[in-house]
Amino acid sequence: MRIPCPHCGPRTHEEFTYYGDATVRRPSATGPDAEAAFYDYVYTRDNPCGLHRELWFHQGGCHEWLVVERDTRNHDIKGAVPARSVFSADDAT
Amino acid sequence: MSSRIAQGGAINRQQVCRFTFDGAGYSGYAGDSLASALLANDIRLVGRSFKYHRPRGILSAGSEEPNALVELRSGARREPNTRATDIELYDGLEATSQNRWPSLKFDVQAINGLFSPLFVAGFYYKTFMWPASFWEKVYEPLIRRAAGLGRAALEADPDHYEKSWAHCDVLVIGAGPAGLAAALTAARTGARVILADENFVLGGRCLAERRTIDGQPAADWAAQAIAELRSMPDVRLFPRTTVFGVFDDGVYGAVERVNDHLPVPPEFQPRQRVWRFIAKQAVLASGAIERPLVFGNNDLPGVMLAGAVRTYLNRYAVLPGRRAVVFTDNDDGWTTAADLVAAGGQVAAIVDSREPVIVSELARRFPDIQAIAGEVNGARGGRHVESVEVTSRTGTSHRIDCNLVAMSGGWSPTLHLTSHKGNRPRWDEERSIFVPDMLPTGMRVAGAANGDMTLGEALVTGFRQGLTAAASCGFSGSMPALPRVTEESARRVPLWRVRQALGKCFVDFQNDVTTDDVELAEHEGYRSIEHLKRYTTLGMATDQGKTSGVTGIALLAQRRSIPVAATGTTTFRPPYTPVAMGALAGHHRGMDFRPTRYAPSHRWASELGASFTESGPWLRAQWFPRAGETDWFEPTCREVKAVRSTVGLCDVSTLGKIDVQGPDALKFIERLYANNFATLAVGRTRYGIMLREDGFMFDDGTAARLAENRYLITTTTAHAVQVYQHMHLCHQTLWPELDVQFVSVTDQWAQFAVAGPRSRALLQRVLDPRCDLSNEAFPFMACGEVALRNGEPARLFRISFSGELAYEIAVPGHRGDALIRTLHDAGQDLGVVPYGLEALNVLRVEKGHVVGSELNGQTTAHDLGFGRMLSTQKDFIGSVLGRRANLIDPARPRLVGIKTVDRNAKLAGGMHFIPQHAQRSIEHDQGHVTSVCYSPILEQWIGLGLLTNGPDRHGEKVMVVDPLRGAETLVEICSPVFIDPEGARLRG
Ligand SMILES: [Zn+2]
Repeated sequence: MRIPCPHCGPRTHEEFTYYGDATVRRPSATGPDAEAAFYDYVYTRDNPCGLHRELWFHQGGCHEWLVVERDTRNHDIKGAVPARSVFSADDAT
Repeated sequence: MSSRIAQGGAINRQQVCRFTFDGAGYSGYAGDSLASALLANDIRLVGRSFKYHRPRGILSAGSEEPNALVELRSGARREPNTRATDIELYDGLEATSQNRWPSLKFDVQAINGLFSPLFVAGFYYKTFMWPASFWEKVYEPLIRRAAGLGRAALEADPDHYEKSWAHCDVLVIGAGPAGLAAALTAARTGARVILADENFVLGGRCLAERRTIDGQPAADWAAQAIAELRSMPDVRLFPRTTVFGVFDDGVYGAVERVNDHLPVPPEFQPRQRVWRFIAKQAVLASGAIERPLVFGNNDLPGVMLAGAVRTYLNRYAVLPGRRAVVFTDNDDGWTTAADLVAAGGQVAAIVDSREPVIVSELARRFPDIQAIAGEVNGARGGRHVESVEVTSRTGTSHRIDCNLVAMSGGWSPTLHLTSHKGNRPRWDEERSIFVPDMLPTGMRVAGAANGDMTLGEALVTGFRQGLTAAASCGFSGSMPALPRVTEESARRVPLWRVRQALGKCFVDFQNDVTTDDVELAEHEGYRSIEHLKRYTTLGMATDQGKTSGVTGIALLAQRRSIPVAATGTTTFRPPYTPVAMGALAGHHRGMDFRPTRYAPSHRWASELGASFTESGPWLRAQWFPRAGETDWFEPTCREVKAVRSTVGLCDVSTLGKIDVQGPDALKFIERLYANNFATLAVGRTRYGIMLREDGFMFDDGTAARLAENRYLITTTTAHAVQVYQHMHLCHQTLWPELDVQFVSVTDQWAQFAVAGPRSRALLQRVLDPRCDLSNEAFPFMACGEVALRNGEPARLFRISFSGELAYEIAVPGHRGDALIRTLHDAGQDLGVVPYGLEALNVLRVEKGHVVGSELNGQTTAHDLGFGRMLSTQKDFIGSVLGRRANLIDPARPRLVGIKTVDRNAKLAGGMHFIPQHAQRSIEHDQGHVTSVCYSPILEQWIGLGLLTNGPDRHGEKVMVVDPLRGAETLVEICSPVFIDPEGARLRG
């Protein structure tokens, strides 16, 4: 499997460290149901059959966290973008 | 060399190769395979079968071979289960037959055949089930001796293996007619082409057939194609290279047998090289594998695949038998009969299972051969076929003497690589073959691999697919004129098994699976093809059912009265043929498994005779033995005492160091650490703990505030990489708005602990005299820039892991060696002593500091006594889930110190706490001992542990039990801080 790093180009997966689901967002620590929200955030995951957005760290390259879109059925990778662009856009909305 | 045909073949008769088989000497020619050389020397019996130890010969002429497996080479280079049909003959080759005892010709275990009811389908689930205690002592050794393949070498492999990458536009897999055609059209467009073939000569069946292309022999056409490809700069040819797997995103795994054709690889060359080919497009031209026919004793030596017979005749100039019977259910079998006659062999009969009308039509072309419309019921012979029993359709029976049976059950496309990514092939009812269906992205199939079985079709589809593949990469070209080829036909009426059989009918030769086994498995309910495989072992082991799979599926379908299409196939997975573990490991073995990291003081420590140990990727000094000290214990105790009484030096550079800078550096650190940093002044250091978001302990270390917006944080050696990744994750995804930058500087700084009552005195000799180290100017937990006596800059931290007055001094990495020598020299009269990891561990256990044994991923801050450090004033990673009731439950196993009640008793890590008078059982388990050491200061064994309600039980006596080694002793629970609990020494 190769991941198209936006900074380094297509690189073999051994250079990357997998983290997991890139769609969950850290909840507020001060909300009334903070513990339940954090429980979901940390433990509850979907196991999608098909496209999945997930975090990979380019440990053997640029040290950028990437959001990679991968098809869990066949490992086809649709694309990879810097995580900071995705998560910053969240904040803007 | 009595079976060698006088002329022809792709062998070099000028170059004789001597070789041995089971110790006896023979000779062949360069260009021979081991199998062709054995046949040329009239060796027909080459192995014993897996379960029944039946005599076996050579079935095929390629990598599909299930029978002729041999041990190649000897000693440390011995390689089991190599296929004689694949092995390129070389001068000095040594081969040994397998799975026989005491000898190939006389095998006492052939008696297994008499007990064959024991070995039927599922035998290892049935026969050896009971009693369980018999498994280790009786059944397993018995099965291992009786049913086995070759022996691996016992010594370490002396050869090298490499791994490499190559990129191309078009990868062509297989260099037969279709593959050569595809490579030609693709390469002529200017595309970068890689052409790989598992055989040692490119050409595939062009070398094995008496056919013509544009009037010239197919082998000559192939030679011209190869010459043209070789002349093109962007084409790379890989003979002896098996593409064994298709992986994601156009990655193809291949193993190149660089030097397997030599007894010993030349110096500085690998034996094999594993390639990862990155191809935009691939053309699979892997050809087809012929199916055996299923009749009685079809496994006798001398029964061969008909296509393989042609390979031996035409490519190797070997006559595999003087008097042959050809048994076929298709037209292609007749070509073998013709080739046998042309090579000077005698064809006693051709037995064709199809309708008499088809047979008599074909028979008109072969007036000299007796043609029988009927079937071979069984072969007869002891260690070799001597005759066959034949029944014609009219019901007459014949016994025909022969010493070769050439059988053809039609050809199956070699489509394994099309399904490595999970696609299943499709059953083509009309042709009775599986053909590729959905393909991996970027792959196309040409020739026989796609079911296009004739030479003409192979060339056309090859040309076309090569061109289309290149076009997909942006290259254009045109179809060449189609060559004229010998006419042929591939008609077939499948005969999955003969109607009347004499003797065992083998479906899977390698696993000794017969038609009876398939029927029994079906009868017992193993009706899915995947279950049939596991239950009967059909299609398992080194050949993975290359010759048996389709027949097995068809027989199961027949038995269940369902169409083959409804039965499906088992899953093909990489590797296509076995790949040596050594090749996959490449250079990554032994100490080269991963890079070794050396601490900056490594050379100095080596000169002092230090003993080293691996600590993660680092090699660290364990202890520094002096003359007369022969074990670890003496130097460790001496080093500990020195730190507590004079001064010691220890390299702590392996701790992770991360330089954090920027206006938001403090905000960032506040959110990462669980404790407060807002009040940390410039020039001060603070101990900090990090949690994971689930509330468990992650890591600990210190953060030194070097300037208003600059912190240097340290991590444990073990977690340095994870902490750094975690910081990036937090910054890039959680708080990208924070204006902060950080970088790992672990390698950039050499850092040494100078610990002990005389540490201040020693440092004063090394530092610029203007540097004030008094308690007032540089108190406990101070940090700052200092200068060495020679003016070089350094950083000084007054932190202590040992509990003594101590400092850590850091200089740029390349100055570390000079500094440790300066410190060591300057402190001689102060009694300075270098100390290693063992002493470091004793010192920290005596002070109750936690390390990896306690930070084991399952402990919380509360468990380790850090509960009160958790800030309630801020959000930090782990702040919410760390407050969960279960994680702060005082009944959780929590950190305590332990000391033996009997001062002479010893402790071991991992011992379990059990109440003093309770039964030694898991119900009474109250936690475990995490760290132990002999304290030379307390003069007894002490330790740290995680005990239920631990901190509330100081003074209580508890048993610690090691049920594995049968040891136990009574300990007293105490504070984890054994030495100087008030901390007077470190503030001294
Ligand atoms: Zn990158």
